[in-house]
Amino acid sequence: MSKLAVVGNGMAGVACVEQILKYAHGFEITIFGEETHVNYNRILLSMVLAGEKTAEEIVLNDRDWYEKNGIRAKLGTRVTAIDRARRVLMDETGGVTGYDRLILATGSSAFIPPIPGVEKNNVHVFRTLDDTRALLEKARKGLRAVVIGGGLLGLEAARGLQLRGCEVTVVHLMESLMERQLDATGGGYLRRKIEALGIRVMLPRQTAAIVGNGHVDGVRFASGEQIDADLVVIAAGIQPNAELARSAGLEVRRGIVVNDYLQTSDPDIYAVGECTEHRGQTFGLVAPLFEQGRVLAAAITGNTGPAFTGAIPAAKLKIMGVDIFSAGSTDEGEPGTEVIRYEDPSAGVYKKLLLKNNRLRGVMLVGDIEDEPRYVEWMRAGEDLTSLRRQLLCPPPVEDPGLAVAEMPDSETICGCNGVRKGDIIAAIHKHSITTLAQLKEKTRASTGCGSCTNLCQQLLRAVAPDFTEETRTTLCSCVPFSYEQLRTIVRSQKLKSVQEVLNVYGNRKGCEVCKPALSYMLDMLWCGEHEEDRSARFINDRVHANIQKDGTFSVVPRMRGGVTSPDELRRIADVAEKYNVRMVKVTGSQRIDLLGIRKADLPKVWADLGMPSGQAYTKGVRMVKTCVGTEFCRFGVQDSTRAGIELERRLENLYTPHKVKMGAVGCPRNCAEATVKDIGMVGQDGSWQVVVGGAAGKTVRKADLLVTVETTEQALEACELFFQYYRENANYLERTYDFVERLGIEKIRKETVYAPEADRRQLLERLRRSKTLAKDAWLERETPVNPTQFVQIEPLEAHSA
Amino acid sequence: MRPDRRWIRITHSENIPPREGRAVKVGGVEIAIFNLNGRFLTIENQCPHKGGPLCDGIVSGTTVVCPLHGWRFDLESGVAVRASTPACVATFPTRVEDGIVLVDIGAGHRMQMEDAVA
Repeated sequence: MSKLAVVGNGMAGVACVEQILKYAHGFEITIFGEETHVNYNRILLSMVLAGEKTAEEIVLNDRDWYEKNGIRAKLGTRVTAIDRARRVLMDETGGVTGYDRLILATGSSAFIPPIPGVEKNNVHVFRTLDDTRALLEKARKGLRAVVIGGGLLGLEAARGLQLRGCEVTVVHLMESLMERQLDATGGGYLRRKIEALGIRVMLPRQTAAIVGNGHVDGVRFASGEQIDADLVVIAAGIQPNAELARSAGLEVRRGIVVNDYLQTSDPDIYAVGECTEHRGQTFGLVAPLFEQGRVLAAAITGNTGPAFTGAIPAAKLKIMGVDIFSAGSTDEGEPGTEVIRYEDPSAGVYKKLLLKNNRLRGVMLVGDIEDEPRYVEWMRAGEDLTSLRRQLLCPPPVEDPGLAVAEMPDSETICGCNGVRKGDIIAAIHKHSITTLAQLKEKTRASTGCGSCTNLCQQLLRAVAPDFTEETRTTLCSCVPFSYEQLRTIVRSQKLKSVQEVLNVYGNRKGCEVCKPALSYMLDMLWCGEHEEDRSARFINDRVHANIQKDGTFSVVPRMRGGVTSPDELRRIADVAEKYNVRMVKVTGSQRIDLLGIRKADLPKVWADLGMPSGQAYTKGVRMVKTCVGTEFCRFGVQDSTRAGIELERRLENLYTPHKVKMGAVGCPRNCAEATVKDIGMVGQDGSWQVVVGGAAGKTVRKADLLVTVETTEQALEACELFFQYYRENANYLERTYDFVERLGIEKIRKETVYAPEADRRQLLERLRRSKTLAKDAWLERETPVNPTQFVQIEPLEAHSA
Repeated sequence: MRPDRRWIRITHSENIPPREGRAVKVGGVEIAIFNLNGRFLTIENQCPHKGGPLCDGIVSGTTVVCPLHGWRFDLESGVAVRASTPACVATFPTRVEDGIVLVDIGAGHRMQMEDAVA
């Protein structure tokens, strides 16, 4: 067996080895890694810094992978020299390793400009997992951080630190941010977006020194101006790690020089990734590196076919809510270049294309990067755009939703993070009978990186997989342009506890009547009631716990569990109705009594006089359990539905839900209390209960689906609780159970509630219990109002004297 | 009349929580005073659409959304934002002095709708 040594355990080196493994290679492989970690996705370090992913989540190849493929991994071991004559590698431990073929994948390192003071404590770079961990240790609320460098990495580092609570300033040598990828206009849009996130941007500033006695105090600019800093991150660019190659006598200019088959000047030594220089070009972005890996793998295994002919530089900013993509040339001064522009300042969208001879040479997208794959493919294929001139900036509306992906060639890269091409995905879909995005992620790794290709993957699934089941993503609102799923992740991972915090960090700071109540609900649910309640973010009904009527008065519906009341309660209700001149007393469809026409200022007195808890008739929450008289009186009843319904209401009352939840419990299949058209229904049978969910008899009429049949009342109640909490956690705000059940499918819901593993069920119930512990009868605010004028009518301090 | 007599002392500023509004009746007019994180603005309380109490609306930036049918008004100009028909409410000069909110009821101003739609 011949020996293959790989120096470098990063993305390019390991991706290349993965490609080699696809061939009958006959190599005994050893990989040297200077870092002690297994191969991780370096592109996602900014997400680790931002808390959006954990270090474990960005691992690409775990230890099992090395073992399974018979690869010897020497991690934390630096190779110090190559002896080409003896074909051996020397490492820092004194070890000597022979090779027949060698791949250098030494990557690049942070470029540290020669600024006085860079050696001080609290001056960091941001390049590796260890760098990220070091930053995470320091970052805390209120820390003043200065990021030197306004390129891709600098901006991502800045956002990460800011999300950790730091006050962040980005200083950049040039007039404009990301000037290598964007023109001045695009840079201006980017700057406004970055500043809108709450990050200070200072341009152009030449850093003269990092000042402080041992540790950092501030940063001084060439102009003499100085700003305070507790932490400095240098993100001024990268340089290829080519020293090892240089000292071995290989040809090195800026990087290790390679030919179209990634061979260095020694034909037995190959190089791949950011350490290489190919036709005068060096690389800092991931997609071309995968391409190099594929070519190298073919060449080194004797399958020489495709050649690497260079790559189009492309860059995408990974900051949620700041969409930037740039590829190809940005030089519009080149003779014969045509420029096509689109700008929408209030939407923050800017697009610019550079064409030459009707071929796309460069693209810049700010604020809307949806068309990125189309442009990249045009550039890669050198497409003649003559016939598409009128559709360059916005594609014609697609009539066949599968058409866009159908038009892509199989060689087009879908997932840039993991180098997965369209052809790979289609092959995997057929091979593994993939029907969901989750399965696709698992089998191909596509869309597991930055997630920006998720839409494309879904389109492909829709087009190719016969039984594709869609996981819908709805954006909450333009104030916080993320899906509910993303927002739940954000709120959890960033530990955001108030609506205003979410809006400040991920939104437009203002919010509106759509997103504020939705976020209020989400925070309450996710933190099980331990959020910071902000009543200004609530609809008026939830500020005063009553239902506003057309004349500005309110309606009051006290809780009457299971629709069962007493002479004493009825007397009090009657007294209240008279005392407060209630304009109408109405029996509702929910077996309760509604008092209409009550003034806001009277609400606390009305509640006190009633002496009954809130029926939550005004809110997205637990309304009631409608019951029949069950076994106690009815001659047909076979289950005690009255008692079961009252118990169900007691267990869930005072909790809030994505939309109102109306329930029913009936004692026999005659179904007198209409449990089969309720959000949750218990249908009693001889010796068992059916629990049904997703029913409706309002705007929509829908018969509920059977969730489960169980023997005891306690089991039935628990099934209701499981579904109830699952709905709370997974439905979109204002999504009724009947839409929720149809969207997810009852089978999935069964699998994740009543048929879920014991531990999962326990956790669902545990979270429900925690929320319930903190949930209170809202009408008790009559004694402890959240602010002094919650119910009080303000009288002016002085009269108006005209 | 002394010029400063026009300002009516209404209430302590902490009686109006941040990003909420409160209604007050002064001299036969019902006004809604809003606290935009320390900046106070006053408009007529009644929505011109169906009379909804604007004081009870959700605040979004410098606008308020009527709780009844979602009409949105700019608190600075009183003009309905993105309404199907042009509409507006009156605005009143407002200031805070020694923690007391003062409103100049006499100087209520209603935008001419020709200006607003232009």
